[in-house]
Amino acid sequence: MSKPNIAIFDYGAGNLFSLKTSLEKNGADKIVILNDLKGIEKFDGLILPGVGNFDPAIKTIEKSKEILVDVVNKGFPVLGICLGMEMLFENSEEGKLNGLSIFNGNVKILPSHKVKIPHMGWNNLDIVKSGSKILEGIKDRSWVYFVHSYRIVPKKKDTDIVVANTNYGIDIPVVIEKNNLFGTQFHPEKSGTIGAKIMKNFIEACNKK
Amino acid sequence: MTLSKRIIPCLDVDNGRVVKGINFNKVRDAGDPVEFAKRYTKQGADELVFLDITASEQKREIIKNVVRNVASVINIPFTVGGGIKKIDDARGILLGGADKVSINTAAVKKPELITELMSIFGKQCIVVAIDTKKNYGAGGKHFFKSFNKKSNKIEKYWFEVLIYGGKEGTGIDAIEWSQKIEKLGAGEILLTSIDADGTQDGYEIKLIDVVCNKVRIPVIASGGCGKPIHMFQVFKETNVDAALAASIFHYERTTIDKVKKYLKRKKINVRI
Repeated sequence: MSKPNIAIFDYGAGNLFSLKTSLEKNGADKIVILNDLKGIEKFDGLILPGVGNFDPAIKTIEKSKEILVDVVNKGFPVLGICLGMEMLFENSEEGKLNGLSIFNGNVKILPSHKVKIPHMGWNNLDIVKSGSKILEGIKDRSWVYFVHSYRIVPKKKDTDIVVANTNYGIDIPVVIEKNNLFGTQFHPEKSGTIGAKIMKNFIEACNKK
Repeated sequence: MTLSKRIIPCLDVDNGRVVKGINFNKVRDAGDPVEFAKRYTKQGADELVFLDITASEQKREIIKNVVRNVASVINIPFTVGGGIKKIDDARGILLGGADKVSINTAAVKKPELITELMSIFGKQCIVVAIDTKKNYGAGGKHFFKSFNKKSNKIEKYWFEVLIYGGKEGTGIDAIEWSQKIEKLGAGEILLTSIDADGTQDGYEIKLIDVVCNKVRIPVIASGGCGKPIHMFQVFKETNVDAALAASIFHYERTTIDKVKKYLKRKKINVRI
């Protein structure tokens, strides 16, 4: 089986080194960093990384929105990490711009009256739906590493995309999956062996594209 | 369930090599930072902290290579501190693969640096380290009392912020400073007691407790950990988020996984 080539979208906001290293170690072949999604189908999968702020990130990806929606509909594997997942929704309390609106729902700040913000550290997964591709082989209550201040709130139509929650003052959805479109609120590239397995699962999905 | 308490091994790095202290004297060249990073990650460290103690400015470039080499072999969060004076120093470290930078003296000298770093790299990247020492004189804002058995007197003291690796006092009250840096945009506080660090007799619980109640950002306790029970005490008696230790892991007196198993038995929520 050949190793897949993976593209990482760069919002220009920061460090993609850990992500790139993680992909290399977990079975990707060539990793390319892009700031435009034209020609994305040449690759086997795409990662929307988790560093940056909502509005500046949306600005950089807006011009590629149609391409992204189109490839997602065709089953092209995409993994959104943290902010990269939040952008898939309609809007965010972090910014004023519209999100990519691939999913119905909003992004809201964590409940500051209950918990410290950002939610930073290791927390457990509560797996709420079986048969997930991205969580294949991952046990319930596994530890993963979070750094975020916002949470996704899918609307009724899209609540079935949630495959795992985490409790941080309240239950928040932290893994979503629909066909080959995946999202994690935590950082798999920083989540030790559990995170490595999740990266492998994504790369596996890219292999089957 | 909620966040686990984090156990963070800390390594001093000089000229690109890990330096171990034995009886508080520095011994040169104890090993390759990459090997330490791999070992601690495997043992279940929740994060790594590297402090660059290289004195000469010219050799400071070496740390960037260390950061890159370490970041290539680990898959847990990684903080680098020591000698970061300006935005470009932090950028070099973060682009090399560190997740957070820790600033100390520079934050005291130029507090607006915290805000600048926060607005460029995000709050979650910015750790402000506070080195503290008990001061029995005047000048503090938050006073503590303890009974001195030798003199048979009640002593009053406050915690002063020290800079340049604990060599210079600032007259700043550590509790007040912790609140100020939170407002300026620090994402996390690394709170070290220099007195406790010397004794290895347990963390400075009183100070840690007050700081944790005064700020809403995560606090890492540092200084004084000589045995696993010290970690248990600090987690039980304060709301601290993480415990940092150096010597108990370097000397291989114990390992991170053993400490975590012990803490779990004592009902502390740790990642195993």
